[in-house]
Amino acid sequence: MAASLAFEGVTKRYDSTHALAGIDLTIEPGSFVALVGASGSGKSTLLKTINRLVEPTQGRVLLDGEDVVTRDASEMRRRMGYVFQRIGLFPHMSVGENIAIGPRLVGERLTADRIGELLELVDLDPAMAGRLPDALSGGQQQRVGVARALAGDPTLLLMDEPFGALDPVTRDALGTRVRDLHEKLDLTTIMVTHDMAEALILADRVLVMDGGRIVADETPNALASGGGGDVAQALVAVPRHQAQRLKELEA
Amino acid sequence: MSGVWTALMGLGDALAQHVILAACAIGLGIAVALPLAVWASRSQAVARGALGFASLVQTIPALALLALFFPILLSLRAVFGEGLPTLGFLPALLALSLYALLPILRNAVTAQTNLDPGVLEAADGVGMSFWQRLRLVEAPLAAPYIMAGIRTAAVWTIGAATLSTTIGQPSLGDPIFAGLQTQNWTLVLAGCIGSAGLAIIADALLGTIEAGFRRRDRRLWLGGGIAVALGVAAAFASQADFSGEDDNTVVIGAKQFSEQYILAQLIGDQLEKAGYRVEYRDGLGSAVVHRALSSGNLDISVDYTGTIWTNELKRNDNPGREAMYERIVEWERENTGTLVLGRLGFENAYAFAMRRDRAQQLGVRTLEDLAAVAPQMSVGGDPEFFERPEWIAVRDAYGMRFGATRNFSPTFMYNALDSGEADVISAYTSDGRIAADDLVVLEDPREALPSYDALLMVTPSRADDARFLAALRPIIGKIDVRQMREANYSVDRTDGDKKTPAKAARDLAKDIGLE
Repeated sequence: MAASLAFEGVTKRYDSTHALAGIDLTIEPGSFVALVGASGSGKSTLLKTINRLVEPTQGRVLLDGEDVVTRDASEMRRRMGYVFQRIGLFPHMSVGENIAIGPRLVGERLTADRIGELLELVDLDPAMAGRLPDALSGGQQQRVGVARALAGDPTLLLMDEPFGALDPVTRDALGTRVRDLHEKLDLTTIMVTHDMAEALILADRVLVMDGGRIVADETPNALASGGGGDVAQALVAVPRHQAQRLKELEA
Repeated sequence: MSGVWTALMGLGDALAQHVILAACAIGLGIAVALPLAVWASRSQAVARGALGFASLVQTIPALALLALFFPILLSLRAVFGEGLPTLGFLPALLALSLYALLPILRNAVTAQTNLDPGVLEAADGVGMSFWQRLRLVEAPLAAPYIMAGIRTAAVWTIGAATLSTTIGQPSLGDPIFAGLQTQNWTLVLAGCIGSAGLAIIADALLGTIEAGFRRRDRRLWLGGGIAVALGVAAAFASQADFSGEDDNTVVIGAKQFSEQYILAQLIGDQLEKAGYRVEYRDGLGSAVVHRALSSGNLDISVDYTGTIWTNELKRNDNPGREAMYERIVEWERENTGTLVLGRLGFENAYAFAMRRDRAQQLGVRTLEDLAAVAPQMSVGGDPEFFERPEWIAVRDAYGMRFGATRNFSPTFMYNALDSGEADVISAYTSDGRIAADDLVVLEDPREALPSYDALLMVTPSRADDARFLAALRPIIGKIDVRQMREANYSVDRTDGDKKTPAKAARDLAKDIGLE
């Protein structure tokens, strides 16, 4: 069963600046939400209040109706998948050990079959389990990162600029793969990205952030048809302009 | 070369003690540095403070650091009681551990700050607790760097441990210091080879462990670790004393010159004949010996009236030989409980000595004559002489001002005089080289220099031990200055019939009729 999320007046202050200026938000189970905005808009900070890598100054975050601070942070994080731009594979552990780390923390051992299955989910050869991360390309490493995030059978997948460091082809392929897995594994997925095109293509709900606030909350369709206000439309203008240029080149 | 080989073979105990001391110091250094590094990785202030302190310690010369622990431990007796040792293993261990701290701490902290932040975020992100993150991620990734720090610390510590001889802890410094004092270069060389060899072996084994961590090769680091553990275990096993410490073990202290080595040996032989087990603490500083005796870390020492008069009684007057002796016996009984068993018979006083040709050429016979020409001359003294009241008394009594003042170890003073690097030196009257080198001892018409009767001193706890004192009494009053000079010279000479202190002690015993 996919997780539900609710934010109630979530505020984060660093000294005098508001990274988050009181966010109220509900996320339905099974939705794929993209958080879009410029650097410093607060999108990463908002994501990290969910797995408590950032503790809010005020307000609370509810996971399946339960305040996330009531549980032990480590225990709660093991129920969420977390994928981020720097990937963070453990360089001294094999690919298989990296994938199995979450279950290992609670004393469970993943079978070789299960590790192979997870590798296949992200389109990697199960034979890679024995290799060290250094021997893999950047795209392969992030695929392992996704497999590691899914190993604990999470109901919530958090992704912070997951494909930011990948080449465009890999990026597209892995994005599509993650969208499929979102359906197949019945996940609630929250993805932070600065790329509006990626958000429009992958998500079914796009939140645009600016100065610590949510300034637009629309479906991809609504944004594509000009909804969501100025900040959102400035972001949509980029891929739209690119698409037009391409069309002109084809003609 | 065969001499060096024989000397090396005789270093078993010193080597084992050296290994034990260095291993314990590095172990303690690791035990303090690693938790501190973990704490430092969570707090900038702790990181700055800890590294700053360790760097500061590193700037203190190792010899001074070792020496400092004596007064520190002495003052800590107020807290931990009189049983706290102030000499030997404990201060050496503490000083060397402090010394080992910096390289381990610095490498551990650097390793932690250089960890990929992405990896640490992932560790938190997958839900690791503090300890899981430390054990599964930070420790294995920092291990090769920490091991490199431990390696540096080991090489430093093994080298610096030779200095622990000066505070009464046996080590490979024993042959080095003893050899330096008695001009036995074979012994010095053997000590150096032993210590350097040990450092090289330790470096290679720890390097194997480091490489094992770096390549994540379990066989390599496990193999290196087992080899190190076996070496340390062998050292401990060889030193395990199954008979246990008891009343029968006597510790004899000796300062850093030949006469002290010979007399310690002479006394030791006498006590062994009486059925005691004897240990020696050679090469101690003068002030250290007196306090170590009254605090019970030593059982016996040979000291001198003039030394105690100025250093302990803080007197700078000169009441004459007999009065000084009687006052000191009384003072020790009342203030430290130390028993002055008696005078050995000879004096080892400070005196000024010159080469005969030079003295005649300048017409110098007395200290008064010397004062007149002193501004054109250079004077050599042992490291403590120019801080001593004897020097101040002579300086003030005669208005003595030298052109240059130089410090030499007692052995090298005579060489300096011979080579002309010093025109006059602070000699000792029992020194065999005065006669051997045909030196002139300058007269002291104003009696500025006090007398220096050699005294046999016994620690307070043995002051009433009749059997013990009976074994020592035959030595009292038996050694005249001619006999002592001869014994000293037989050890100090660098040619032909050079003797070890042990051999000189046996010959002296025969000479004074102890059989």
